[in-house]
Amino acid sequence: MAAFSTRFTFRRGNRRMVLTTRKRARWRFRQPSVIPGFGLTFGFMIAYFSLIILIPLIALGIRSAGLGFDGFWRYATDPRVLGALRVSFSTALIAALVNVVFGTLLAWVLVRYRFPGRRIVDAIIDLPFALPTAVAGIALTAIYAPNGPIGAFFAPFGIRLAYTPAGIVIALIFVGLPFMVRTVQPVLEEVQHEIEEAAATLGANRWQTVTRVLLPGLTPAILTGFALAFARAVGEYGSVVFIAGNIPLVSEIAPLLIVIRLEEFNYVGATVIAAVMLMISFALLFIINLIQAWSRRRFGYAL
Amino acid sequence: MEVRVANVRKEFDRFPALHDISLDIRSGELIALLGPSGSGKTTLLRLIAGLEAPTEGAIYFGEEDASYKSVQERNVGFVFQHYALFRHMTILENISFGLKVRPSATRPPKGEIRRRALELLDLVQLSGLEKRYPNQLSGGQRQRVALARALAIEPRVLLLDEPFGALDAQVRRELRKWLREIHDNTNHTTVFVTHDQEEALELADRLVVMSQGMIEQVGSPDDVYDKPNSPFVFGFIGESSYLPVEVENKELWVGGRAIGLPAPDETTGAALLYFRPHDVELVEDGAALAGVVAASRRVGGTRRVELEIGGGKERVEIDLPFDHPAGEKSRIAFRPKRWRLFPVKG
Amino acid sequence: MPSSAAQRRVRAATSESRPVQWVLIGISLVFIAVILVLPLTTVFAEAFRRGPDEFLKALADKDAQAAIRLTLLVAAISVPLNIVFGVCAAWAIAKYEFKGKAFLITLIDLPFSVSPVISGLVYVLLFGAGSMLGPWLRSYGIEVLFAVPGIVLATIFVTFPFVARELIPLMQVQGTGDEEAAISLGANGWQTFWRVTLPNIKWGLLYGVLLCNARAMGEFGAVTVVSGRIRGQTTTMPLQIEILYNEYNAVAAFSLAAMLALLALVTLVLKSILEWRFGDELAATNGGH
Repeated sequence: MAAFSTRFTFRRGNRRMVLTTRKRARWRFRQPSVIPGFGLTFGFMIAYFSLIILIPLIALGIRSAGLGFDGFWRYATDPRVLGALRVSFSTALIAALVNVVFGTLLAWVLVRYRFPGRRIVDAIIDLPFALPTAVAGIALTAIYAPNGPIGAFFAPFGIRLAYTPAGIVIALIFVGLPFMVRTVQPVLEEVQHEIEEAAATLGANRWQTVTRVLLPGLTPAILTGFALAFARAVGEYGSVVFIAGNIPLVSEIAPLLIVIRLEEFNYVGATVIAAVMLMISFALLFIINLIQAWSRRRFGYAL
Repeated sequence: MEVRVANVRKEFDRFPALHDISLDIRSGELIALLGPSGSGKTTLLRLIAGLEAPTEGAIYFGEEDASYKSVQERNVGFVFQHYALFRHMTILENISFGLKVRPSATRPPKGEIRRRALELLDLVQLSGLEKRYPNQLSGGQRQRVALARALAIEPRVLLLDEPFGALDAQVRRELRKWLREIHDNTNHTTVFVTHDQEEALELADRLVVMSQGMIEQVGSPDDVYDKPNSPFVFGFIGESSYLPVEVENKELWVGGRAIGLPAPDETTGAALLYFRPHDVELVEDGAALAGVVAASRRVGGTRRVELEIGGGKERVEIDLPFDHPAGEKSRIAFRPKRWRLFPVKG
Repeated sequence: MPSSAAQRRVRAATSESRPVQWVLIGISLVFIAVILVLPLTTVFAEAFRRGPDEFLKALADKDAQAAIRLTLLVAAISVPLNIVFGVCAAWAIAKYEFKGKAFLITLIDLPFSVSPVISGLVYVLLFGAGSMLGPWLRSYGIEVLFAVPGIVLATIFVTFPFVARELIPLMQVQGTGDEEAAISLGANGWQTFWRVTLPNIKWGLLYGVLLCNARAMGEFGAVTVVSGRIRGQTTTMPLQIEILYNEYNAVAAFSLAAMLALLALVTLVLKSILEWRFGDELAATNGGH
């Protein structure tokens, strides 16, 4: 009996030990910390985020899901909707590609060269972040309209910029430029001088060094900047509506069609366009993250 | 390829980095530029590579004046401290880069480039890693790739700037041995920069000791170690102790006592006596340096004893075997076996 | 002078030749001038086209005044709320380790990838006719849509990430050492925040607030959808600009636009000063958007 009871306590003790170790290794939402305030700050963050962002977005999702696949498809494939999506995505793509070239060039010039006024140029790159889109919109229209300074220059050749898709592209170049420059610039600043010296000692001329060593090293940053500029351009409204001309199937962008549908109290139509745009945007966001994860895994750096 | 540096001066924004440097580098030798940071050793290396231009003077590759040649034309292999590998290229692409960027007239065919790159990868003992990216290699492996990349262009001179500076002590020692082997196999004229004297002494055929933009001494490791020609070199290379002495009647005196060392020539007056702490003999009697033991600690296989000499005004260190009985005494008398005397100017 | 010739040859090894540099700089400057500077100067040129009197008259207009007041009111509500959120989010994310953190950071950036029009639309769906919330609130006399609350909500949505995304990387870089030291010395949570954390992040915070405010005052797409554009009541400055522009009252439209452009310029200048003076303290942030 005595032997039994000792064995029992031993076993119980043992089991208790197992329990405590399991408790220590248990899944834990957060690492312990001596700094107070996690509950308050985390709680406020989640509550605020849910109320402002998450619940409204979910409401949109539920609304469009309520249509069922067929209803959704019917609304989404309406020719005017398809036309607006095509205009939005094609102009955004062209603008983002233009920004790839000029944004990279600007980042290069700002990082590598010293010239009078460099700091001012560097500061003004952010203008599209700070200037309200409606202000940019009417200003661009004034410039590129047939009686504006640049519009008047092209008008004699029969080239119209404002009130055509070309005008949309110009406005989207304006809003997307800083995304490109500000993504490439810090990466370029981090490039070690030694990399270029190494290429030179190996016999590469300057052109080869830039095209084969420096630019390929910047590719992840350029791709990210492109995706950011593109995503922003697809959703852009304020700077585009004034200059676009807003002709259905030609120069009517998807965000404008949403506004038009709302003014017609066609909430379903607006919701479907929004849902399609959101899906594409989130897919883009996902792709950006994939690029960065891939780049980090393979080359040990991202962005 | 011989390299001759002739009366080179280099200023950066009026700040002199090198003063009138001349140096002959012999074909096929492995030569080390050794000095503390700021001594100008890296600047000298970059001048030879053509990454910097001399303010004055010239650099000859053989008979040819290379001063006006761009870095691309000089055909030098340069290995950087932080590897400077192209991180978006595989190891194989890194090594073959120098051949791929040649103008089509001198560029080997694709298959040949690949064959040579793989051969070099084998030489640096990294076969099988050709498809990896630099990020996936250890520091030591990266530096081997950097060397293979530099060797791929069949350089006239191989230049290495603190090649092992960023690596762990253990890896450093391995790579040192390995670099020596590669050099013995390929016989490239090789110049490497280091601030690590052990590395320089072990690896180099000749040392160039530099300080404050000037060459202090050039010679074989034994020469520089045994016959340092300045207090700086004596202090910089190896362990050293020094003591102010008086020279009179062809003898050395400390605090009015002769210490049993003959003065080498006719100099008289104040001087500094330099010797190696381990290169001393203990003596029982007679003229010698005698001091009170101020501190004594064991360092591995030796015991380092700190002695107060001349009533505590000066301190010197000597090394004894750790189990030497003198280590227990409170007073030790010794004479340096080998030493150098440098007159104190002014 | 042979040595300068050598200098030139060697410099070409790791940089472009001077002519190439000047061509590239020239292209960049022309591009910047046409794409960025010209629109900015056009705003002011158009505003003053008929002289300063017309400009001042346009600003003194009753509806313009109402629009300016409403814009300031909306910013005064939405910016502080986003500051509180930004500080809380940065504190929770930077000072603790918890599961799903990376995902949460991605979520905070979400409004940047949503079209402003959609940001407005979601509130129309939530509070508009046919929703459950809207009529219920209206029965208590609370109007959200086509009223100030809706405008504030839409503005908060689009300006939501600015402060948080500025502070999170900054506080992550700063780590928890300072706070742990303060707490080990006996400070409580509030004291730690006010005396240790806040002084460390004040410039980063200001930076985020600047960008947040610029966007809050200038937001157009989201506000368009929720405001209903009732003149003198629910038109913010950007909306008033649109109304005036569509009425072919270009001078008045550009006069209001000039005020917002001035705000943008002040924002850029302050931002640049912060970057130049306190670049190290903002170091964790990689450019703002």
